[in-house]
Amino acid sequence: MSNKKTIMLGNEAIARGAFEAGVKLSSAYPGTPSTEISEYLAKYEEVYTEWAPNEKVAAEVAIGASISGVRSLACMKHVGLNVASDPLYTFSYTGVNGGSVFVVADDPGLASSQNEQDTRMIARAAHVPVLEPSDSQEAKDFVKLGYEISEKYDTPVILRTTTKLAHSQSSVELCDRTEVTDKEYSRNVAKYVMMPASAIGRHLVVEAREARLAEDAATLCANKLEINDTKIGFITCGIAYQYVKEVCPNASVLKLGLVNPISKKLVEDFVNQVETVYVFEELEPVIEEQVRAWGFDVKGKECFTRQGEYSANMLRRVLFGADESVFEKQEAPNRPPILCPGCPHRSVFSVLNKLKIHASGDIGCYTLGAVAPLGVIDTTICMGASISALHGMEKARGKEYIKNWVAVIGDSTFLHTGINSLINMVYNKSTGTVMILDNRTTGMTGHQDHAATGKTLKGEETYAIDLAALCHAVGVQNVIEVNAFDVATLEKVIKESVASDILTVIITKAPCVLLKGQKFPNKCEADADACKKCGMCLKIGCPAITKRPDGKISIDATMCNGCGLCKNYCKFNAIKTVER
Amino acid sequence: MTKNIMIVGVGGQGTLLTSRIIGKTAMEMGYDVKISEVHGMAQRGGSVVTFVRFGEKVNEPVVEEGQADVIIAFERLEALRYSHFLKKDGVLVVNDCRIDPMTVVIGAKEYPENIIEGLRKTHSVYTIDGQKVALELGNSKVLNSVVLGYAAGFIGFDRQTWLDVVESTVPAKTIEINKKAFIYGYEAKH
Repeated sequence: MSNKKTIMLGNEAIARGAFEAGVKLSSAYPGTPSTEISEYLAKYEEVYTEWAPNEKVAAEVAIGASISGVRSLACMKHVGLNVASDPLYTFSYTGVNGGSVFVVADDPGLASSQNEQDTRMIARAAHVPVLEPSDSQEAKDFVKLGYEISEKYDTPVILRTTTKLAHSQSSVELCDRTEVTDKEYSRNVAKYVMMPASAIGRHLVVEAREARLAEDAATLCANKLEINDTKIGFITCGIAYQYVKEVCPNASVLKLGLVNPISKKLVEDFVNQVETVYVFEELEPVIEEQVRAWGFDVKGKECFTRQGEYSANMLRRVLFGADESVFEKQEAPNRPPILCPGCPHRSVFSVLNKLKIHASGDIGCYTLGAVAPLGVIDTTICMGASISALHGMEKARGKEYIKNWVAVIGDSTFLHTGINSLINMVYNKSTGTVMILDNRTTGMTGHQDHAATGKTLKGEETYAIDLAALCHAVGVQNVIEVNAFDVATLEKVIKESVASDILTVIITKAPCVLLKGQKFPNKCEADADACKKCGMCLKIGCPAITKRPDGKISIDATMCNGCGLCKNYCKFNAIKTVER
Repeated sequence: MTKNIMIVGVGGQGTLLTSRIIGKTAMEMGYDVKISEVHGMAQRGGSVVTFVRFGEKVNEPVVEEGQADVIIAFERLEALRYSHFLKKDGVLVVNDCRIDPMTVVIGAKEYPENIIEGLRKTHSVYTIDGQKVALELGNSKVLNSVVLGYAAGFIGFDRQTWLDVVESTVPAKTIEINKKAFIYGYEAKH
């Protein structure tokens, strides 16, 4: 295995780095673009890996492992760090025993997120070092470096990635795993019990540590000073470095691998040698603001946006006034993502749409219920917010106000943070209706197990939490389970529960159609003779159903998954189910 | 010289597997390779684009406007959407099929007429009906291999290396039919 070269996804390389670094434990909650790290890491027998119900739990599991003396990992997406920031801020104070790295994946351009926040801002506030790789090889190397820094400076370390890094493949040289001896644990109240008397002392330790690392960063291998043409230079990091090399291969570059803290000495050396310096960093001007605060004259966000992903062409346009395109961009109707054919969420939303009910939404595939033609989701804020926001509406405007509202949340999201909000509803006497769309998986991120599926990340059988029993246990009197495709019962149940003054949880059940082994026995066919062109079946927004030039509908045989939902909405029996 | 390949289509059409086969083949041929993929929400029936770049040393993992040597489009509208990514002398390979986006299904937008004819005026366009061939071969899912085989001639590499990589990448049960599909596309006239 030693020194073999292969091509790896950024996330796969991170997993490999953790394996090679001798990591013994990893805990994570799935979130694009970080999910695959845990899935790849789970393949290594030597590493205990798990899905936690949320990122705060994952971070604390990693913290416990570190205190006990082993190298640990926690993985999450940028918004997951918000959930985990409570433990992170104080973990920064306690420091580590065994090394600990948090991988946090930012999503500039919002490929699959609700905002474009920059993890480096949180890391600066928490005084945690941040490493940022620019390709898969560095992703692996920086994970290993992260553990060295973590143990040498007694600090958790963040490895920051972005979507492009996480989801692109490039070559990686493999090494063997280094087994790391477990560190001795000894009781140390001043270090591990963060009550005021000890925390006040640790704050000073944190500041001294950060200053020492900033000093040492001048010679850290992850930072590279490339002096070439001294007329133009770039201070850059991560994937943005690749765009610089693409456009200006001869320019001078200060490539920061350690993006927090930044080496003032390196910046000074660089700025003093180069005439015009651009700071080229995606999202927030984190490097730029520090460089300017030190009094150096650089160009930055006045040339480059805070929004979206950067590109080589964007840099070309700023530097040369033009990019490399030859052909005009053509007008083409948008093709936004949609719920899959056979998705049980479509069935639920078709009923809500028919009843003209507003939904306080949450994070998952079902967020797609916001767009036409279903258009039932009114709000999406963050994990778990659907339930608490509905409660807020009721308490602000009274129980009559929410008679045409429900909260909609997925099974995995419910266990992530939705359960807290439901407890609040019970405690504070809400009368609302909460719908848990139970599709037996974490769907949007690509089918990860969770505490109610009965399988662990390692694929072992485990106890599956009974969602209905859980809701009963926290005090919900009225819990109703319905087959997600039984639209008649769904309609009746939803009507009754929004009208009533009793807090109700409706659990709609049907597995994600993309889960392995989930196949409907039939598929649907349109009968052109019977079709009256009423368009009712088109209102459910199934991509397998299209309108022919003559106005009648046709159903694509390869796309249809045979859920039969469209049949329910055809009054003319123009849709038949046939065997596959 | 770095060669830039772009694969565009609709989420679920298998563009990811196609880009991985191209990347793996380029690596077998000894090139430095970068592949950029799309995961997560965008995959759900949305417009999906992946990139493969190979050469002596590749920096950025994506192909940008005006840089694609070959665009493989699995659907006509997607060919149109990304046609400006092509280089002046680049080649646009289109799987001749139509999948209506939801904006068209609900009547908010119209699916453009005569996409291929329009593109031919300015671009080098080559089309193949991958779906038809795949069904003739007995498995609609090998459409990707048909289209990839058809595009392979524009990318380069030798036929055997392609076939070896197809064999090592597709599910074991479908190796023979995928190879057959690739060869059909490879031998189809441009």
